Amino acid sequence: MPNVKLHYDIDGNDFTVAGQASSNLKKVLKQLGVSTEVIRKAAISMYEGEINTVIHGKGGAADVEISTDKLIITFTDHGPGIKDISQAMQEGFSTATDEARELGFGAGMGLPNMKKYSDALNISSVLGEGTTVEIIIHLT
Amino acid sequence: MKLQELQTILHATFVTGPDGWEETEVKAACGSDLMSDVLAFVKDQGILLTGLVNPQVIRTAEMMDIKVIVFVRGKVPGEEVIELAKDLDMVILRTENPLYVACGKLYKEGLPGSREDI
Repeated sequence: MPNVKLHYDIDGNDFTVAGQASSNLKKVLKQLGVSTEVIRKAAISMYEGEINTVIHGKGGAADVEISTDKLIITFTDHGPGIKDISQAMQEGFSTATDEARELGFGAGMGLPNMKKYSDALNISSVLGEGTTVEIIIHLT
Repeated sequence: MKLQELQTILHATFVTGPDGWEETEVKAACGSDLMSDVLAFVKDQGILLTGLVNPQVIRTAEMMDIKVIVFVRGKVPGEEVIELAKDLDMVILRTENPLYVACGKLYKEGLPGSREDI
């Protein structure tokens, strides 16, 4: 499989377009012949990350690297940062707005879902500067 | 269960779907207004019953390979939602039944949950 790099800008002001990057990634992975199970893991992780970048990061970017053996998705935002990462990883913990909740998110399942569907999840965050989330999914 | 039968059981109105949608066979369903839970817990692709009507419902279904959505409690999806569903060849139905009742009617007629391993 050829090495593929994708870049997506994520608009932090428009909830209605959240998911477009995930939709595109899913199509690309299908075209590359990636297995259904891996596509599902990638699509869910990517979508949760995209939603999180909108809800918490006030927008940002997602960079995807697809190589022969793995897929790496990196989300970067310049939002407020995560105060306590271990707390943010707990199912049910959320600081989401009412707007996010009205759309069916903000129930504190985003990061736990990303962990569940990825093979590795690395988060670094600096308060007041932003957050970087790296998702690794093995292709084989 | 064929969608034609499902439509009859729920007294549902057809909103959009590709030609021949009535013949689509569904094997499982889930009901939720929380999209994060759909992403976390839905195991087998089937239909999604929900009272939420926004584009993220369609996107969530897309990520989970769910091709049929039933909007409950008489909710009416906007044009943007319908157009997105059309682009993705999804079927949308709507019913006046509340979520619990709609799920109960389908379950009673033999359509299982998307997760029954608990």
